[in-house]
Amino acid sequence: MRSIRAAAVGAVTLSLALAASACGGGSATGGGSGDSPKTLTYWASNQGASIEVDKKVLQPELDKFEKETGIKVKLEVVPWSDLLNRILTATTSGQGPDVLNIGNTWSASLQATGALLPWDGKNFDAIGGRDRFVDSALGSTGVQGEDPAAVPLYSMAYALYYNKKMFADAGISEPPATWDELVETGRKISKDGGKWGLGAEGSNLSNNIHQVFVLGKQHGADFFTADGKPDFTSDGAVAAVKQYVDLMAKDKVVAPGNAEYAQNQSLSDFAKGKTAMVLWQTASATFKSLGMKDDEWGVAPAPVPSGAPGTGKATNSMVAGINLAVFKNTHNRDGATEFVKFMTSDAEQKILNQAYGSIPPVKAAQADPAFGAPSTAVLRETLATSAAALPQVPDESQFETAVGTAVKELFADAAAGRAVTTESVKARLAKAQQQMLAK
Amino acid sequence: MTTTTATARPGARAAGTGTPGAARGGRRPGRLRRIGLPYLLLLPALLLELLVHLVPMVIGIVMSFKELTQFYIRDWGTAPWTGLDNYRVSVDFDAPVGEALLHSFLVTCVFTVLSVGLCWLIGTAAAVCMQDAFRGRGVLRALFLVPYALPVYAAVITWAFMFQHDNGLVNHVLHDQLGLTDKPSFWLIGDNSFIALLVVSVWKGWPFAFLIVMAGLQNIPRELYEAAALDGAGTWQQIRRITLPSLRPVNQVLVLVLFLWTFNDFNTPYVLFGKAAPEAADLISIHIYQSSFVTWNFGTGSAMSVLLLLFLLLVTGVYLFLTSRGRKTADV
Repeated sequence: MRSIRAAAVGAVTLSLALAASACGGGSATGGGSGDSPKTLTYWASNQGASIEVDKKVLQPELDKFEKETGIKVKLEVVPWSDLLNRILTATTSGQGPDVLNIGNTWSASLQATGALLPWDGKNFDAIGGRDRFVDSALGSTGVQGEDPAAVPLYSMAYALYYNKKMFADAGISEPPATWDELVETGRKISKDGGKWGLGAEGSNLSNNIHQVFVLGKQHGADFFTADGKPDFTSDGAVAAVKQYVDLMAKDKVVAPGNAEYAQNQSLSDFAKGKTAMVLWQTASATFKSLGMKDDEWGVAPAPVPSGAPGTGKATNSMVAGINLAVFKNTHNRDGATEFVKFMTSDAEQKILNQAYGSIPPVKAAQADPAFGAPSTAVLRETLATSAAALPQVPDESQFETAVGTAVKELFADAAAGRAVTTESVKARLAKAQQQMLAK
Repeated sequence: MTTTTATARPGARAAGTGTPGAARGGRRPGRLRRIGLPYLLLLPALLLELLVHLVPMVIGIVMSFKELTQFYIRDWGTAPWTGLDNYRVSVDFDAPVGEALLHSFLVTCVFTVLSVGLCWLIGTAAAVCMQDAFRGRGVLRALFLVPYALPVYAAVITWAFMFQHDNGLVNHVLHDQLGLTDKPSFWLIGDNSFIALLVVSVWKGWPFAFLIVMAGLQNIPRELYEAAALDGAGTWQQIRRITLPSLRPVNQVLVLVLFLWTFNDFNTPYVLFGKAAPEAADLISIHIYQSSFVTWNFGTGSAMSVLLLLFLLLVTGVYLFLTSRGRKTADV
């Protein structure tokens, strides 16, 4: 009996000790991010083919930074599926990184939380001035008229990637420049059993948004009114969503199976020669990691109705990209600013953007001949002349979920062989809009 | 047989310690220590329980009365109080948010009834079949418990691969090999997603029912079956007249636990479908997650959680009330 009691007391003590030490460990790692001026915590987004690739790209640069300034940067590469939740948690608890990457479309949403350091004139001066950056990239850093919530780090744009061999096999010499040509090209290729014209990521909410946003521009529609209210059911918006889903439903150039794709399966289909085209942002690095040689694929501007990309209805891409933000709660603001200055310096911009196949949003770096290769030239041209920023409104990330889900459900209808009509599209979009307004 | 003796022992010990305690009733400090010690031993667990379960629950309830959107999450103490607004939005079944919640609730109810029913049926059937010793029983038992022992994420991700439209095993067997469907079906989007979810849930849940019922069966004396067999009762009659009534207390807890787990299940739909579950498989936990984390409206999400909590409390209360009353009358 006594031994049992002793054992029980021992067990309780042990479990208490464990619990206490677990708590201690948690707060130490959580709160220690900026207590010392000689360390910084940096959350990087997953830009390369895998998290390991990112670590290999970034670590040498961070070592360089430590050598220059004596500040040690603790790197954590956060997968996309977790990044926004992690940022929200950090915002709520006040325990976050010092510096972090954000998807540039989240800028306005995160700006509204007040968790990020605003980049006013003084802060911009500390990193070399606002005018070092390209205007289109700065247009995606927060609500217009307010101090940006972040500075541009990598810029990306959508383009049409095509498989040269599949085009040659189907007797196609030129990549399509208009949507009609794209559908025609797609049909020629889709005739062949098991091969399809175009790939899509029907269950990837963000990608759905990027695509229908651009199509919306081409139909003269924005998904938000000028004063930031959701406006999903305008004729243009309905036509845009219908046109995108019709690529599967009516034109049959997208394989029905793509309706459930959400993890870049369309890119591996492309690399395997199952689909001939994808509309994607800066895919070159991914193709390489999937085993495709650079001369096996070609790249052309994404289609527009007129065939000549430009502004307004000739928009053919969103301004995609990654911004670098400083967490307002950092205890090491000077070090964090120093790190942002380093990451946006001309030299680092060249190294990092080349590694990721993206375009530097810093003017001096962008002019470098390294970004003049045909594959990047198309993206650079698109960003400069025919890309538009997604709505910079606080509700943007809710919009991605609500409308992205509506498009996903419509793809599911199309895949199941159910009719996708103007009415069914409008009904889905109306529901999405009501959910936004209900709060 | 070993289990029977093991379960009998604590009862005997409790009786043993009870008698000397009553005999020494006059000595106060000793009695106090005797009564106090169990509470003292419980104290750490109680404190941790408070910290881990109750505090977040209370905070959640407080949150449900606030307008907690992205504008306030940084310092959520400053979020304005909204009274019952979040609840009003959640239960306004004519408006889209309430309608979606109601739909999700109904889907969850149907799903739970089917899943719990099937888990119980399969688990009980398997346990009864394996009541008598035969060669290979141990191996089969271990095999049956594998789904329960696997980490949920790993198991469900495997299922997600198997349910893929183009390369999935399920379509390969049903369509390519057996030719049961005209064309490959979609399991992860559209209406079939409900079936996919149910299959995974039952696959994951029935071993638990099997385990519990199997343990319960060990406690039924063999003599009862022998006597019944002598009286000419067949297998079916033995199951109906002896096995099931003897399992009654076990089943009561089992069904309640399965119900609570299934109704609240988040991992299965989340891993299977991601952040936006198809409408046909929009279970309430993932719906609430989406209402709070994805749309950044934590107040409404909390209100929905509180409603869910109240519903589960109500169901559990009614269930316990009914079953305990049934048991008392049965005992009489």
